[in-house]
Amino acid sequence: MTPTVVLPVIVGGLYAAGVYLLLDRSLTRVLLGFLLLGNATNLLVLSAGGPAGFAPILGYSEPEEMTDPLPQALILTAIVITFGVSAFVLAMIHRSWRLVHQEVVGTDEEDRRVAARSATDADELDPDDLDPEDRAAGHADSLHTPDGDDMGVDDVDLPAGTGAR
Amino acid sequence: MTSVLAPLPVLLPLLGAAIALLASGQPRAQRVLSIAVLTTVLVVSVTLLLIADAEGATSVAVGGWPVPLGIVLVVDRLSALMLVVASTVALGVLVFAVGQGAADRQEDTPLSIFHPTFLVLVAGVSNAFLAGDLFNLYVGFEILLMASYVLLTLGGTAPRIRGGITYVIVSLTSSLLFLAAIGLVYAATGTVNMADLALRLAELPEGTQVLLQSMLLIAFGIKAAVFPLSAWLPDSYPTAPAPVTAVFAGLLTKVGVYAIIRTQTLLFPGGALDDLLMWAALATMVIGILGAVAQTDLRRLLSFTLVSHIGYMVFGIALGTTAGLAGAVFYVAHHIAIQTTLFLVAGLVERQGGTTSVDRLGGLARRSPLLAVLFFVPAMNLAGIPPLSGFIGKLGLLQAGVAEGSSLAMVLVAGGVVTSLLTLLAIARVWTRAFWRPPTQAPADDTAAAAAAAAGSGGGSTPDGEASPDGDGSRTPFQVAWRRHTRVAIAAEPDLPPAAARTRALRPLPVTMVAATAALAAVTVALTGLAGPLYGIADRAAEDLLDRTPYISTVLGPEEVP
Repeated sequence: MTPTVVLPVIVGGLYAAGVYLLLDRSLTRVLLGFLLLGNATNLLVLSAGGPAGFAPILGYSEPEEMTDPLPQALILTAIVITFGVSAFVLAMIHRSWRLVHQEVVGTDEEDRRVAARSATDADELDPDDLDPEDRAAGHADSLHTPDGDDMGVDDVDLPAGTGAR
Repeated sequence: MTSVLAPLPVLLPLLGAAIALLASGQPRAQRVLSIAVLTTVLVVSVTLLLIADAEGATSVAVGGWPVPLGIVLVVDRLSALMLVVASTVALGVLVFAVGQGAADRQEDTPLSIFHPTFLVLVAGVSNAFLAGDLFNLYVGFEILLMASYVLLTLGGTAPRIRGGITYVIVSLTSSLLFLAAIGLVYAATGTVNMADLALRLAELPEGTQVLLQSMLLIAFGIKAAVFPLSAWLPDSYPTAPAPVTAVFAGLLTKVGVYAIIRTQTLLFPGGALDDLLMWAALATMVIGILGAVAQTDLRRLLSFTLVSHIGYMVFGIALGTTAGLAGAVFYVAHHIAIQTTLFLVAGLVERQGGTTSVDRLGGLARRSPLLAVLFFVPAMNLAGIPPLSGFIGKLGLLQAGVAEGSSLAMVLVAGGVVTSLLTLLAIARVWTRAFWRPPTQAPADDTAAAAAAAAGSGGGSTPDGEASPDGDGSRTPFQVAWRRHTRVAIAAEPDLPPAAARTRALRPLPVTMVAATAALAAVTVALTGLAGPLYGIADRAAEDLLDRTPYISTVLGPEEVP
């Protein structure tokens, strides 16, 4: 029962490289990172099964000398799942490229819009008000006030730069 | 009896999915088949719940393998209750989707893939609820996630691909973390059977226990969208088709919550990380609802309330008392129904008003009083207005918090009340704008003009300052595609008066879709009427969970219990 140092080192290295790639914005690199992470996890499960032994076939070897078969069964399942998901991600990357000629993680435009809106509103309007949103034009409580100029910055779909022009 | 019934919620949808895939040329057969399958699953689930509540937990060794080695399915009160609620909303959403498909005349694509995938999703959810070992839970998660990837990117439009990529990457990360945790658990204990683990994990050193527990909690926290692991949800959910978003919002996060409940009660009952969970619950509640208040898009707003109200359930789990767990279980059941209904209503609002932006909607209450009622009742339920079930759930959780008595619990109680009020604020803003104000007040003309101006100028800088690789000013192609998607018809034709843009949306709502939504809304109201029995089941389920003996003795046999 001598613990091997090779597997943990490989697992650690694969995890490090996988996480590094996963943090990239390019989707192909993200996919590669995911594949490395999947392999690292499979090796981790393999090393969880203890030291290697003979094939776990009844009559082929004694039960004490067999490798634990359960982690290998788990890894097989995990490999199949990882394979299927990788194929799907690849298809999505291809689709993304076909649609917009871009294979990076996209920006959440609505999120940018909300962020940009509260920033500009806070600059121009009363900061004491709880909800910047309610100060925009055209609401039920602004029947008496004419629609103000704020509408220009509080409009649809503008990313941060164009909104503040 | 149970041994025959227990595998059915997994097997039937899987078989149904296979047949539906073969019958992809016959949409009518597909529809009949999936509705029949889900109805059967619902009947089976109700039967299982009645049996489990009357006779206690039962377990089934799949394939007849001896217990700690083979796969077991466990039906106790908690899993049976989850099954019933899940199959109810799944059936409702399916009927809604059938109505939508019929209304849009999309009888061939992409709906030929919708029914099989939807059934696979239900099978995955059922498998996760019934799983008696960690690896089977992982497989259940993977089945439902794989189906959810396909459903989220149905049709493959640019915004859906964009949201889907975020969702897939985040889900993959959480799955790998879960798998690594399973590997470590196996290395430490030599088993993945949850009942067996419940006995053996306690023998491990404390540090190892905390490591394994936190790995599992992080993996499930990502799936349940607990802050700070929740940022992916409001980004990816709103882009999907309405029925898909509805079923995701109702079920997928709750599967994560269910897994957290099992982790905290069955596997690691010591409560080592309860304080951490309390803080996570507080942050989830408050930050989630602050996000909701800032949104103007109905679907995004609902996504943020979804995140926020996960915090209530985590709060109940973190309390670790019978009252807290009972409150959490009741709240999960209530919230699955309510959030699904609200997302379906959002889908109807989009059909009726042509958009889900509350800035552009208006006068819906007058134009469609039925839709207004369908929104108002579940929305008030979500905010926790008495006497609806949301109020009962929140009251139960707050009472449990006060009864626990620590200062941290008191902070959580205060946070819960504030969150409830802010939910009311967010919901009331949607109500006053989208439903109550006269349509003329909706600034559609302003936005149309502004959008047209923006489209014309095209000279702004991109948010992150990157130069675009090709034309159209300096916008990245993704933004162009996104704009094309979000601006609806109004900005594409700036000369078109806003009224004309609205008349297109004024067609009557399809009866099937309204009926499905109304049925689910009726379920949420019925949850109020049935709150007594339901809370009784939740209470008994919580006692079982804390006791642990019923679960362990059911799976391993009575002699194994210490």
